[in-house]
Amino acid sequence: MNHSAIKISNLSVTLGGFYNALQDINVELAEGKAIGFIGPSGAGKTTLIRSIVGRIKLTSGSIEIFGLSAGDSKLRHQMSYMTQELSVYPDLTVKENLKYFATMMGHKNVNEIIKNVLQEVDMSDKANSLVKNLSGGQKQRVSLSVALIGSPKLMVLDEPTIGLDPVLRESLWKLFNKLKAQGTTLLVSSHSMDEAERCDDLILIRSGKLLAHGSPNELKRHNNTNTIEETFLKLVGDVKE
Amino acid sequence: MNPGRTLSTASRVLRQLSHDPRTVALLFVVPPVLLTIMKYVYQGEPQVYNSIAPMLLGIFPMIMMFLITSIVTLRERTTGTLDRLLTMPITKLDFIFGYAIAFSFLGLCQALISAGVMLGFLNVTVLGGVIPTLIAVVFASFLGTSLGLFLSAFATSEFQAIQFMPAFIMPQLLVCGLFVAQDLMAKPLQWFADIMPLTYSVKAMKQVTINATWTHELTKDLLIVALFGIVALILGSLTIRRQE
Repeated sequence: MNHSAIKISNLSVTLGGFYNALQDINVELAEGKAIGFIGPSGAGKTTLIRSIVGRIKLTSGSIEIFGLSAGDSKLRHQMSYMTQELSVYPDLTVKENLKYFATMMGHKNVNEIIKNVLQEVDMSDKANSLVKNLSGGQKQRVSLSVALIGSPKLMVLDEPTIGLDPVLRESLWKLFNKLKAQGTTLLVSSHSMDEAERCDDLILIRSGKLLAHGSPNELKRHNNTNTIEETFLKLVGDVKE
Repeated sequence: MNPGRTLSTASRVLRQLSHDPRTVALLFVVPPVLLTIMKYVYQGEPQVYNSIAPMLLGIFPMIMMFLITSIVTLRERTTGTLDRLLTMPITKLDFIFGYAIAFSFLGLCQALISAGVMLGFLNVTVLGGVIPTLIAVVFASFLGTSLGLFLSAFATSEFQAIQFMPAFIMPQLLVCGLFVAQDLMAKPLQWFADIMPLTYSVKAMKQVTINATWTHELTKDLLIVALFGIVALILGSLTIRRQE
């Protein structure tokens, strides 16, 4: 097994003092893979993601990322986070957004970075457009390009392909695979099960609990199923015969 | 804090506004238009106008910066940008002071235009001169910005943020000395006025209007305004939490 990128031990998160968003999660995730967090809406995917990027105080347990505990300031240079919301400024141009975020990350060669990340997401021709005038898929790609700044070791992407057309989704997965080949660890959440098939490693979550962890094939083999969707339904004990 | 990140944040905020020319136009055109209307409202009482106009010059930027800041920062909180920034090496103070610098600068621009119109075309006499007038107005803008930054944390929607204007600014406006001199008001209101920041901003404008020299009172009032502003900024930065 490779080095682990993320090690989650006995993690529980209670939100607002009473809502058990995550309960006793234990999992170790390897470096350099595309890891899918799969589960229905409200399963706790975003809470888990926000715990990993250090935006949520853990109620108990621990999360280690590259040997540092989640929220450690050293991690801010090594990982990027794309939230479920757009998380770029609609009233700035694509270039202005990238310039600002690159400066905030502390980079000096800002122009070079902008050029590179725009090429990665195939948005170079829209560099001077205001984000608010772009289409949904283009906005999504701008948001993703911000997450590419500085070639982070870990990219945490909350529903990055939601609402995208199949062609664009395909091209983003190509990009994800390329990043993976360069050693980047990708953490991608999704509630779509066909997305899951594209990941190397999956964790299935429901009601804040870890249902299963393994590669798509492993999970299917273990559960005697043909698709991840079936696996998921079987695991939650809700199989329709 | 990192000066580079603070200034980049300030310039980013200004750039956002520059893509919205209508907001900028409203920001710069409305105050001089209101000042002009007031002149003709007080046509029969030019002395009264001469004492009110400078006070208004201090009140407008405070109100407008308060409104704009609270909405813009609320948007940062709701659209995920603040969320993303907080996973980056930027500090909360870079963020907060970036905003304070951007809007104080806007306040200065607004002041230059309004003061220019007031002194040049509306024939208002300010004994203290142009520079002290502008300084007092920038302090007022800074105060509005800081209060907006702080209070926006308590609004969960833009509707609420707008309601904070009548809720937090109007009471201050009523007792600040614009309508009635403070010592003529009911005692409890005088105490209330004493602890409200806008009172000192208006007092400073009064000092500039009636004194040809820079007075100790003016220094004191401006320091109090600045202190309120800084405290609001610090409280504002406390409302932003990296870990929730």
